[in-house]
Amino acid sequence: MTLACVGAALAAPWIAPQDPFNPAAFELNQAFRPPAWLDGGTARYFLGSDDQGRDLLSAILHGARISLGVGLAAVCFALVLGVSLGLAAGYRGGWFDALVMRIADVQLSFPAILIALLIDGVARIALPAGAQDAIAVPVLIVAIGLSAWVQYARTVRGSTLVEKEKEYVQAARVIGRRPLAIMLVHVLPNVMGPVLVIATIQIATAIITEATLSFLGVGLPPTRPSLGTLIRVGNDFLFSGEWWITVFPGVALVTLVLSVNLLGDWLRDALNPKLR
Amino acid sequence: MRAPLLSVKAVTRDFDVSRPWLDRVFEGEGRRLLRAVDGVTLEVRHGETLALVGESGCGKSTVARLMVGLDAPSGGRIEFHGRRRQMIFQSPYASLNPRWRVRDIVGEPVRVLRLARASEVDGRVAQLLAQVGLAAEDGERYPHEFSGGQRQRISIARALSGEPDLLVCDEPTSALDVSVQAQILNLMADLQSRLALTYVFISHNLAVVSQIADRVGVMYLGRLVELAPAGELFSRPRHPYTRMLLEAVPQIERTGEPRTPVAGEVPNPLAPPPGCSFHPRCPHADERCRRERPELIDAVACHAVQEGRISFAR
Amino acid sequence: MILQAKNLRVEFRTRRGTLVAVDDVSFSVARGEVLGVVGESGAGKSLTGLAIMGLLEAPGRLAAGEVWLEGQRIDRLPQAALRAIRGRRIGVVFQDPLGSLNPLFTIGEQLEETIRTHLGLAGKELRQRALALLAEVGIPAPQARFHHYPHQFSGGMRQRVVIALALAAEPILLIADEPTTALDVSMQAQIIALIKRVARERGAAVMLITHDMGVIAETADRVAVMYAGRIVEIGTVRDVLHAPRHPYTAGLMASIPRIAAGAGRSRLAQIEGAMPRLDAIPRGCPFHPRCPKRFERCLSSRPELMPAEESQAACWLHASAIAQR
Repeated sequence: MTLACVGAALAAPWIAPQDPFNPAAFELNQAFRPPAWLDGGTARYFLGSDDQGRDLLSAILHGARISLGVGLAAVCFALVLGVSLGLAAGYRGGWFDALVMRIADVQLSFPAILIALLIDGVARIALPAGAQDAIAVPVLIVAIGLSAWVQYARTVRGSTLVEKEKEYVQAARVIGRRPLAIMLVHVLPNVMGPVLVIATIQIATAIITEATLSFLGVGLPPTRPSLGTLIRVGNDFLFSGEWWITVFPGVALVTLVLSVNLLGDWLRDALNPKLR
Repeated sequence: MRAPLLSVKAVTRDFDVSRPWLDRVFEGEGRRLLRAVDGVTLEVRHGETLALVGESGCGKSTVARLMVGLDAPSGGRIEFHGRRRQMIFQSPYASLNPRWRVRDIVGEPVRVLRLARASEVDGRVAQLLAQVGLAAEDGERYPHEFSGGQRQRISIARALSGEPDLLVCDEPTSALDVSVQAQILNLMADLQSRLALTYVFISHNLAVVSQIADRVGVMYLGRLVELAPAGELFSRPRHPYTRMLLEAVPQIERTGEPRTPVAGEVPNPLAPPPGCSFHPRCPHADERCRRERPELIDAVACHAVQEGRISFAR
Repeated sequence: MILQAKNLRVEFRTRRGTLVAVDDVSFSVARGEVLGVVGESGAGKSLTGLAIMGLLEAPGRLAAGEVWLEGQRIDRLPQAALRAIRGRRIGVVFQDPLGSLNPLFTIGEQLEETIRTHLGLAGKELRQRALALLAEVGIPAPQARFHHYPHQFSGGMRQRVVIALALAAEPILLIADEPTTALDVSMQAQIIALIKRVARERGAAVMLITHDMGVIAETADRVAVMYAGRIVEIGTVRDVLHAPRHPYTAGLMASIPRIAAGAGRSRLAQIEGAMPRLDAIPRGCPFHPRCPKRFERCLSSRPELMPAEESQAACWLHASAIAQR
């Protein structure tokens, strides 16, 4: 079920009945079609259609793909940034450590969504209006990533402080290995365990953050809808009776997040050598 | 006398144990320094085993770290006249990277120091493993698949792969069972004669030291209080602290024999006593000991010995 | 006899099957006697202690055997009753003194609390008793140190406090698991002397678990040597340590470094190999792969403890001695 869900999201371009990014395919006279099993519904629009006459099932599949992609990319970005900073801070110590950790503390005192909003907003002002839609995805990834690196940095720093006192690290120093090499080949593999666990949980969080941003209208534009965008669009019609436009993407979001979390749990157990 | 391989000259090492800067500013505290090593001077000679003994906190491990360059001295100098130094650590568990295969662990110094061509590394690793009594196939396994004694063999193989002339061993057998300890000590003795190694052996166990050392240095609160050839030190200990340590070692021969246990304990190293740091526990202490710090003269740092106040029965 | 352990068997249920960590272990400790239980890591000595106290944790369990304390069988008692016995009649000292003390209370409070719970004393009498205990275990200036917290004591002093706590309820049995291992030599000697005094002066039975033969030699009256979950030799310290009958004991004794004044550097006798893992205990005598004196019988059948002159040894070399009787 989990695999089916994630798989469907990944395979969206091949299994979706319609291309939701192609405005030419939209048929305005088919707008507000209810789901197939209700009066006025057709099999062509299985989950109904939205205000633009766009097939909701296709939109959801593609939206889930975008959500998942943005979530994964954001987590990767946060992971690389957080792990590098945490590793360097923990291993070097001194002023660098103090600086990184104070920045982390300051950032932790704000909600992640606020940070993402802030970064997103700054990027929008800084960039020319025409480029905004094109770079919406990268901006979103960076915004979510920057709001999430702290957790990795703190975890990695903590484990690094423990590992660097261990004798195998001392032994590598006696051999004459450079600090960077010790950090990468000796310390890093031994501090990644807890980080991967956080990452699996964070993918779900990142998807929700992305959906929230898109729902608030600062995420992805309706022309490239993610699940959050779809929910926002559908929200306008919730009280005029066309509930399906918002409910189905909502259900899809919940299912996706749940699936990713289950996948993470499974991955964590599979990676733990003690449980094997 | 053989030429020194390593000279430790009036070496001092301080550790900053102050609280974080911000806390200090708020509470108007100064920096606090812990003097772990205090003016230690000694030489390690080619081909010998020099042991450093003492109780926890006496600074012996810090001296070991200074000797291989893991720490820099706060004062004084360390001069190394050989090619390379390696170290063997106490914990057979923490001293091997758990994510690496044994062949990578043992081969790391060979690769990093470019001691062999890439194609020759595997052969060299197999040879090193054989030298410490392991099979070449053991190289494919991970550290957790080995017992404590076998891991310590791996540690020794790694140290040897750096082709050192000085091997500093920090409590290499303290975490091992006695029957395994005997294996490792014998192995180390064999390797020493075969490879012409020089050992610095750090231990709290006087019995172990008496088995393997040529010369023994006794440390107390960061200072070297006695330095003598092993035979002399064990048959005719001179410093009152050395005598106390020897007296305290439980001995199998003395079954059921009553004896007076030594009194007192090591003082807080943050606030060492003035004068001779051993005076609060010393039965021979007088006014001068409380006031004036004894220098290491004729291999013993004790006023009472130097003034001839302690008689040697034997 | 204060403590009698009969045929104790401790098992661990794991995915790979049932591992036997303690196998058919029997011994007894009399009033005023110190029994040393000695062995290398993995021999099962600590588990034997835990089994007697009823402190085995899952997946470990006492699969067979009986524990008798002063003629009362205690291994089948419910947890609550066992807890009461542990506090009142069995005193326990573990290796790590810091872990045995509550960091949030002064040692005086902890001591008084224990005495109040078990002996029902109060007021002035209570205070006096606590101070007397601290003095008994050799804490200098007990009045002044009464209100100190555990972290204000050094390792050796903390272990004394733990012993005082263990003695507070006037137990008849003291179980000490590696009480000197975490301490420096000079502290070790003091703790050894203290444990010995407890047995002599209070008439308590002491079970001293350690890996250190030197500690056994100086403290114990009798000693049980454990190997791979079994007792391989048991007898008086003098007999076992100075005239070991089992090849393992003999090898162990020979491999202990001794201070040999003037003898200089020498090779130690060594036992080849290592103690088997619990999942690979050899058939027959578990020591046979390492034994220099093994013969055919050792490979196939497992020796029980048999009388070997003064002591008992689980070794086929001594089977002939039985046959002659």
